[in-house]
Amino acid sequence: MLKINNLHAAIDGKDILKGLDLEVADGEVHAIMGPNGSGKSTLAQVLAGRETFTVTDGSVDWDGTDLLALPAEERARAGLFLAFQYPVEIPGVSNAYFLKAAVNAVRRHRGLPEYDAMDFLARVKAEMKAVGMKEEFLYRSVNEGFSGGEKKRNEVLQMALLEPRLAVLDETDSGLDIDALKIVAEGVNRLRSPERSMIVITHYQRLLDYIVPDKVHVLSQGRIVRSGGRELALELEEHGYGWIDAAQGGKAGGASAGARP
Amino acid sequence: MSAIDLWLGRHRDTAADLPGADLPWLARLREDAIDRFADEGWPTTRRENWRHTSLAFMAQQALAVREAAAPEAVVAALRARYQAARGAAQDAAQQGAESAPELVHNDGHWVVFVDGHFAPALSAIGGLPGGVRIGSLADALGQIPEAVEAAFGQAGDGEAPAALNAALAADGAWIRLGRGVAVEPPIHLVFIGATVADQHLRNLVVAEAGAQATIVEHYPAGAAGSTLTTAVTRVIAAQDSHVTHLKLQQEAPEAIHLATIEAEQARGAVFASHSLSFGARLARNDIRTRLAGEGAEALLNGLYHADGRRHVDHHTRIDHARPQGTSREFYRGLLDGSARGVFTGRILVAQDAQRTDAMQRCDNLLLSRLAEADARPELEIYADDVKCAHGATVGQLDEDALFYLRSRGVDAVHARQLLTYAFAAEVLERIAHAPLRALGRAALLERLPEGARLEELL
Repeated sequence: MLKINNLHAAIDGKDILKGLDLEVADGEVHAIMGPNGSGKSTLAQVLAGRETFTVTDGSVDWDGTDLLALPAEERARAGLFLAFQYPVEIPGVSNAYFLKAAVNAVRRHRGLPEYDAMDFLARVKAEMKAVGMKEEFLYRSVNEGFSGGEKKRNEVLQMALLEPRLAVLDETDSGLDIDALKIVAEGVNRLRSPERSMIVITHYQRLLDYIVPDKVHVLSQGRIVRSGGRELALELEEHGYGWIDAAQGGKAGGASAGARP
Repeated sequence: MSAIDLWLGRHRDTAADLPGADLPWLARLREDAIDRFADEGWPTTRRENWRHTSLAFMAQQALAVREAAAPEAVVAALRARYQAARGAAQDAAQQGAESAPELVHNDGHWVVFVDGHFAPALSAIGGLPGGVRIGSLADALGQIPEAVEAAFGQAGDGEAPAALNAALAADGAWIRLGRGVAVEPPIHLVFIGATVADQHLRNLVVAEAGAQATIVEHYPAGAAGSTLTTAVTRVIAAQDSHVTHLKLQQEAPEAIHLATIEAEQARGAVFASHSLSFGARLARNDIRTRLAGEGAEALLNGLYHADGRRHVDHHTRIDHARPQGTSREFYRGLLDGSARGVFTGRILVAQDAQRTDAMQRCDNLLLSRLAEADARPELEIYADDVKCAHGATVGQLDEDALFYLRSRGVDAVHARQLLTYAFAAEVLERIAHAPLRALGRAALLERLPEGARLEELL
């Protein structure tokens, strides 16, 4: 269970998250939607442990652990995974090396034996096949020269290999055509399980046609202003985000029940 | 003390006993060289070519061996490392990550010099094709002085330390590659300062038309203490010859290393220089090539690492004298502690050198706040139909990449080392010979605090 309570975060002195509350139970998939600048990516980065953001107030409790007290690498080892909106290119580091370093770091932490070269290759090749990645991507530098779709597949591949308890997908649909979107969504759906929670951050409802969430939240100006079931996403699709911003405009506090236009 | 008088005295005392002392041209050259050194002295920052590297301290620097080295052990360790590198290259080729297995069948030729003199007992020169001679300069001076004279160079060549070298060098390698002959396994030259505080080496490589060889200069850590190595390597590359030169400088942390590598390329000659500078308290490499014939190709590739208060300087110059020459120059530096790295890349395109294609890059990674890098391109172009590009960067590790790695469970220290290694390894990728590339990798990993851990995974 993930419990985010009154989370405030700032970058360069500018407040981005302003009292965000969210609870995600084990095995649930929550979608977070919101207009640009509402704080969606900030939430993802803060959860993953990016130090460029300063948490100024609030708490994040993850199965009794104070998540915010852990450095990024320990969160990852404990089972948190962030699929990046913009996966980083790392020239000179082969994808194979990168994946193996990551998988073994996590396995070591979980008390599992590290993979040897052969076992690892067998495992990674099977997972690559599942997300439709060619083997040559193992020997190329991490994300270097990958297309948008290839980068996102590589994220899903990492997620599959690292077997997280909580996955945060930051605009995994951005920059994807519909075919790539379907493949990525299939990869994500395959990983849904009662032990694994997911937070799917997206600007568009489209992704949620393929990854069907248990709950949908609307983020605006740094806090969740509305929560509901899957139908909320469809409402947003129909009416856009304008009414949310308009409703938020004059209010200083309190989660809006969502005045409709 | 290493004051000028000391070296003048050294010259007076030893000149008569140096190999070739009876050769008038050489005796004259040595006289001229020591006169020039006396005149110029140790270079200071007042000299344009030494703007960031002063040797003024040398006048007060006492040179002394604190702990001698055992040359047998140094050679054995080096050869074992090369064996391991060959094994690694073989494995990589078998795993299919490499394109083709190449030249891993042979250990190569080993020519060892101890305290500035050829050490035949430690050397192992295998069977050679006809027309090839690999041996010591001292022997060549005795047997074929005219051939040596043509390749020796002049007292006025290079910078002041090169003049000191010309005056004092007693030995070095003499390599002659006959017309059209290819020596496949690398020719390893090993220079070990074991018991003396200063050594002076002069290596001459004469590649006749169409000849091919790869020559490696190893400067492993020898005696501990404030020691001085001067080295001059001259490469004369005749028409269509291919000479690859790799230098692996790993001298002890207090050593002073002053080296010159000079090549002269005839029409269509291909010269590649790889300079891996990892050791010494102060290392200066003057690397110069002259594309003296049409359509010659040069690659100057380099990687340096310095930490603590160490200083490394590469001063390079490419002379495009004739048309249609191509030069590529890539240097990367890793600077930690309060180390300083200097790179100067001079490219001179003569009026006659039309359709020259020259490209130069120097990128530095600062691993600490006190480290410093100077990268200075100097392009002088007199021809009008040329392609010349240059670029230099000084930066730090990419924070986004660091976070990306950490977000996958890789700890911060390992992530930093991995990115540092990846930045540097790009230079090594240009070393075509797989076992030498693997040797370069191993030498780089030794420099990185978590190197052993990276090695497991590479």
